[in-house]
Amino acid sequence: MCLAIPALVVAIHPDNNSATVTLGNVQQQVSMALVEDVQVGDYVLIHVGFALNTISAEEAENTLALFAEAGLLEPPP
Amino acid sequence: MKYIDEFRNPALARQLATAIANEADPARTYRLMEFCGGHTHAIFRYGVQDLLPSNVELVHGPGCPVCVLPTARLDSAIYLAEQAGAILCSYGDMLRVPASGRHSLLKAKAGGADIRMVYSPADALAIAADNPGQPVVFFAIGFETTTPPTAVVIQQAEQQGLKNFSVFCNHVLTPSAIQSIVEAPDDAVAIDAFLGPSHVSTIIGSQPYEFFAEKYQRPVVIAGFEPLDVLQSILMLIRQLNEGRCEVENEYTRAVSREGNLKAQALVAEVLELRDSFEWRGLGHVPYSALRIRPRYRQFDAEQRFALPLLPSRDVKSCECPAVLRGVKKPSDCQLFGTVCVPDNPMGSCMVSSEGACAAYWSYGRFRQQPPSPSTKSKPIA
Repeated sequence: MCLAIPALVVAIHPDNNSATVTLGNVQQQVSMALVEDVQVGDYVLIHVGFALNTISAEEAENTLALFAEAGLLEPPP
Repeated sequence: MKYIDEFRNPALARQLATAIANEADPARTYRLMEFCGGHTHAIFRYGVQDLLPSNVELVHGPGCPVCVLPTARLDSAIYLAEQAGAILCSYGDMLRVPASGRHSLLKAKAGGADIRMVYSPADALAIAADNPGQPVVFFAIGFETTTPPTAVVIQQAEQQGLKNFSVFCNHVLTPSAIQSIVEAPDDAVAIDAFLGPSHVSTIIGSQPYEFFAEKYQRPVVIAGFEPLDVLQSILMLIRQLNEGRCEVENEYTRAVSREGNLKAQALVAEVLELRDSFEWRGLGHVPYSALRIRPRYRQFDAEQRFALPLLPSRDVKSCECPAVLRGVKKPSDCQLFGTVCVPDNPMGSCMVSSEGACAAYWSYGRFRQQPPSPSTKSKPIA
């Protein structure tokens, strides 16, 4: 139920506060009523036809770097 | 796909599993509850439990809105469609959930009630605009993730002057549910720490859990729904427990901030207000755990527009969904599981929803690895 999927914003329609997003080969029009300052090229989390949030590219990189670090730690003596 | 594939990388998963094995203290156990059904699903689908040392146990929580909705509320929704003559718009997740007397929305629809499956509350609004002569009710369920879209369509209905549209509001709140699990007496399981909700937290932020971590002295890590997110969050919880810390940490920083989505929070606060108490399947009546529509928007409140009778609800007697939802029992401890109760013929809500623990056990065949408990063999099915 709380699943939300990251999709790329390809067009913004200010007239009805919506945007066209793509995920793989699927295009969908979603409401932008819950988010602010979204640009074409941003990734947003989509849930029941609404964008919930913008995904931070920088934070995603940080998290991936954190995963990679975990494996490099020495086991405790 | 971006932000999905890289968070399912098998090589990184093995590294994280090694780190967990190195850091978990063999002298103690770690009982971690994943609150969300989305986490339960990821754990089973990707075999996360198999990557963990045997002293790290994942306990499944009640974070499946379909599962926790009490039967009486579902009976009321069916009443709206069958008796009150409304077009009832529901998320697909609810359609097959057993109501009293083994009834369901799908069976009511087969019997002629006008029940429509919608993907978005915006679809329900469109149905109301297309059918001005008929009352249209949106059956709103879900946690904080799903609540803001409901608030948006109630405001839109007012702006568009849709007089035939209303919402049967069953939105519930996560922090109060987590609190009720920790406070539960006697048969409750001892949980050491919590994997916090991902998409609920994109809306409410990580801040609401701070009080909880402090008061109940349990670490919380907000975790994404991908398998690497889950593994990393388990590692972070183990570190907190090893170091004796009880903090709220955020693994899912790419979508969750401390404050959350303030615009969505403001919209919800404008349209909805706290209920004094709400009944949850499994948890009973939990104070301040759900939302209702504010009096200002009462014309869009199905509970105000229709006189909903308080019908006595009847669940299947031997169904263990309530204990499964509290984390007290495993699906395979239920004598109905995998015998008469399967996804095609569910007896309880946890077997219906893809986020339900029973459905996850069944779909990924995990129950076959466990020795059957004696009760399943010896007792006849009630």
